[in-house]
Amino acid sequence: MIAAIRALVRYRALVQSLVSRELKARYRGSVLGFLWSFVNPLLVLLTYTLVFTVILPNKQADIQPYFLFLFCGILPWTWFQASLAESSGVIISSGNLIKKVLFPAEVLPTVTVLANLAHFLLGLPILLAFLAWKGRLAWTAVLLPLPIAVQLVLTVGLALFLSALTVHFRDIQNILTHVLHLWFFATPVIYSYAAIPEGSPLRQALRLNPMTHVMVTYQQVLFHGNVDHWRGLFLALLVGVAAFAVGAFLFDRLRDTLPEEV
Amino acid sequence: MTAPALVARDVTKLYRRFAHRNQFRTLKSALLTGSVLSDLRPDETFTALEGVSFEVPRGATFGVIGENGSGKSTLLKLVAGITKPTRGTIAVDGRVSALIELGAGFHPEISGRENVSINGIMLGLTRREVERRFDEIVDFAELREFIDAPVKTYSSGMYMRLGFAVAIHVDPDVLLIDEVLAVGDEAFTRKCLDKIAEFHRRDKTILFVTHSLGLVEKMCDDALWLRHGRTADRGDPKRVVDAYLTYVAAGEEALLRAQPAATAALATTPEEPAPQATPGETAPASGYRPGRWGGREIEIRAVRLLDARGRERHVFVPGETVTLVLSVHAREPVEDFVFGVGLYSAEGSCVYGTNTDIEGFVPRRAAGDAEVRLSLEGLSLVEGTYLLDLAAHRRDGTPYDYLRGLHSLRVKSRVKDVGLYRPLHRWSFSGGAEIAPPAPRGELDLGEDPGA
Repeated sequence: MIAAIRALVRYRALVQSLVSRELKARYRGSVLGFLWSFVNPLLVLLTYTLVFTVILPNKQADIQPYFLFLFCGILPWTWFQASLAESSGVIISSGNLIKKVLFPAEVLPTVTVLANLAHFLLGLPILLAFLAWKGRLAWTAVLLPLPIAVQLVLTVGLALFLSALTVHFRDIQNILTHVLHLWFFATPVIYSYAAIPEGSPLRQALRLNPMTHVMVTYQQVLFHGNVDHWRGLFLALLVGVAAFAVGAFLFDRLRDTLPEEV
Repeated sequence: MTAPALVARDVTKLYRRFAHRNQFRTLKSALLTGSVLSDLRPDETFTALEGVSFEVPRGATFGVIGENGSGKSTLLKLVAGITKPTRGTIAVDGRVSALIELGAGFHPEISGRENVSINGIMLGLTRREVERRFDEIVDFAELREFIDAPVKTYSSGMYMRLGFAVAIHVDPDVLLIDEVLAVGDEAFTRKCLDKIAEFHRRDKTILFVTHSLGLVEKMCDDALWLRHGRTADRGDPKRVVDAYLTYVAAGEEALLRAQPAATAALATTPEEPAPQATPGETAPASGYRPGRWGGREIEIRAVRLLDARGRERHVFVPGETVTLVLSVHAREPVEDFVFGVGLYSAEGSCVYGTNTDIEGFVPRRAAGDAEVRLSLEGLSLVEGTYLLDLAAHRRDGTPYDYLRGLHSLRVKSRVKDVGLYRPLHRWSFSGGAEIAPPAPRGELDLGEDPGA
């Protein structure tokens, strides 16, 4: 795991330039270009707001205005979900690099996660602007880097794991779509974790999901303005570090097989 | 100056092959049976390289030749560090740049400029180094006016040129080249070769995998010939290339040797319309179809081609003496008979035809087993495959046994002259014409046993 971190630090120039290439290439050729980084989360927000304020109104008192609560969760979830979905195929689609150039393969999933992080960060000012507009912006917003860091470790770990394993089991790409879908509903993004009764089996189950704790922290830091979920966030960090260790280990074990199997 | 730039010691590379049984297994079943990691273990291996050892001194140009699938590219990937040897070690001293696939890693959507800088970093340069060399790279690729256009708009030649330019400007200590000089037009290829020559002058080490044997002879100080993943020969490029060519010819030889039996079995159709009497007399250039026909009163039972030392061969070099030996058998004593031989090019045009009647031999009697020999002295043919017409027939043309195109003869030459006929010839020059003789090199010696 230490070796994996060291490798990523050593190749930081490469990671950096690949991330910026990823950002430039993504919207190249579209009319709105970079604006899509802002428009995309807004459109997602619009859809969910429509569903949960008009079609199935959510009247829970502690999460009003609902669209704002939703926004606090949707934005980081999009980062998480897109990172994993893309990283599972990234080694296969860059087969040329792996096979023909001496190229540190772990850079690829890392770049995917970081590029999506960049999109997340670009969307963040809009969220903050909305919070300020509704008068919800509290000092706790400065704690935002904490859940981001935890989520980053967890996501990179899972991305390493998935990207290497998908080379051998291509089925993962198909399964992953559905797993992520389920995972979305198993994470308090569209509903409030606090509203689920203490001690209920559902709450027990949600506690096992590291993204629950990350998400609750986001919502507390941004929306509620009071933070008391430290224990949960710390647990998520432990799970994240474990995921990173396992991901890095598996990636390293499979490294030599990648150029041959891609 | 003395330490080698590249040392390979007893390098073996096994590729894993995953059996069909596992190939279609899914993650689900792997998870259910708890065999995720054991499924990733190969259950069948393929040996791409075995026990290959060599050293390349600093500043040397080292050529690797061999047939397709002999392990050349695997060797290059191992030296580049893209894959690891299963056994043995490879030590490279200095920065390696591999021209294995040019422009691997270019992103089609972004500009040439950005791709150059990312590709440079990928190949091991720092950002600053890329900036410093940027103009040189663009000028070398001759793409100044297109450098800000997305790479997807480039032609494949432009793409390759940019890829080559970046890779060569990484300024490696060891340059690996895999058959990439075939890119671009004539002028660019020459430019690449010049650049490689410049590398050589600057005392850089070059490892060169190619099918272009001439280039190996011309540029390399040392050559390695791989055969089925093992070292077949190593040393002076001229000698190694000769040995390789001889081996290739021997392979063709074996193929030709196996061929007649197969086609002859197919083509025994006596009902064919009786053809013209003597091979070559009026043979149409088109419609040359192999076959066999005739009443077999005299049967051609075996055909052999012998060299000057009386050994059976199928591949010859120009100037050699080839003796055609027909073993014939006359069922009953026959008094009216002619033996004929025709030589056809692969396209079916007649190169030469003759028979005993044309040349004035008078038949007396043929009975039982006999042997007919025709010696072609100083084989006057250019490189190519020639089909043989062999016949025994009456003087009026009625065939006893006519074998068309069932046997062949291969001519192999280092001189790639053209045409059908190669007269014995000699050049001479006098007066104001100054011209250097070709580098002394013998014709291929196909008489040596190459298998040793």
